[in-house]
Amino acid sequence: MCGATEGGLSLDGVNVAKEAVVQGRVVRGGEPVGNAYVRLLDRTGEFTAEVPTSATGHFRFFAGDGEWTLRTLAPKADPVDRVVQAQTGSVAEVEISVG
Amino acid sequence: MTRENTLVSAQWVEEHLDNPKVVLVEVDEDTAAYDKGHIKGAIKLDWTTDLQDQVRRDFVNKAQFEALLSDRGVANDDTVVLYGGNNNWFAAYAYWYFKLYGHQDVKLLDGGRKKWELDSRELTDELPSREKTSYTATEQDSSIRAFRDEVVAAIGAQNLVDVRSPDEYAGRLMAPAHLPQEQAQRAGHIPTAANVPWSKAANDDGTFKSDDELREIYSEAGVDWSKDTIAYCRIGERSSHTWFVLKELLGQENVKNYDGSWTEYGSLVGVPVALGDEKGEA
Repeated sequence: MCGATEGGLSLDGVNVAKEAVVQGRVVRGGEPVGNAYVRLLDRTGEFTAEVPTSATGHFRFFAGDGEWTLRTLAPKADPVDRVVQAQTGSVAEVEISVG
Repeated sequence: MTRENTLVSAQWVEEHLDNPKVVLVEVDEDTAAYDKGHIKGAIKLDWTTDLQDQVRRDFVNKAQFEALLSDRGVANDDTVVLYGGNNNWFAAYAYWYFKLYGHQDVKLLDGGRKKWELDSRELTDELPSREKTSYTATEQDSSIRAFRDEVVAAIGAQNLVDVRSPDEYAGRLMAPAHLPQEQAQRAGHIPTAANVPWSKAANDDGTFKSDDELREIYSEAGVDWSKDTIAYCRIGERSSHTWFVLKELLGQENVKNYDGSWTEYGSLVGVPVALGDEKGEA
């Protein structure tokens, strides 16, 4: 799913060349989850940022180069961890499925 | 101060939803969050327009704060319960702000909006109506607010606690990673500051850790409990969260929040800056 920007969150107004964007969508059974929380953890597992998902299940981070973990919390679901690589000038697109 | 009189649970809030002397106040970084749904009866404070002067970089003054709370129907003897997103960053900031202007009975909802949502508790888009009051604030309590000169003087002398993420502390990131990174100020941290990310004080669901766990976290990071403490972050909201932990939960004397934080310090001419994961020398 990395690199698949089609249908992803609009990048209008984002200076992609200067940012290491990690973004995507949280889904449950294929449907967007609009009340989930996505946490960005650094390579040591330390919390770096958190965003609530939008009504369409989308989220976005401006990270730095390297490996990050996305931890997704949603009502009535166990947390889901996903490792993602970020790089300045590119957009890492991730779809996260919660139970 | 202790946990019992500064923090309330979601359950407690549900049980007091119809008590007119308990005023729920939502404060979010995302100022549109309230409009999408909020706890029944909660009023909204917008930290950018309600709490900040619109010309200078400073807070609204005493008269403006009095007018704001009077207009929103908050009385001096009301119990104010603050909550918000981002694990209560901006709610903690507003808590500190209410204390700055002398409100007696103010509390945080443990876990904030996130815990409420993850518990699948009810949110509404119905707007409350409260009778206007005539609120009286005190002069700002300077014992809990640090300014830049005090911060520079505290290097190597007091506890400085940088509560940003390790990557921001080291200078590898300029802002929390949900914000664009291009910023004007220099990267790094104030020399001798310990890095204790605010998030270490919270569980994943946004509730605070136990007092024993909290005390250990700051002790391990080198906080000297016999010294005064200044907490800072980027714009002073995450450090309000840590100020709340140190002052209100752990009862530490003489804890100040430096609301100028890195956006001010990192722009000052001539002050020392440390880069990397080490604290740096005084």
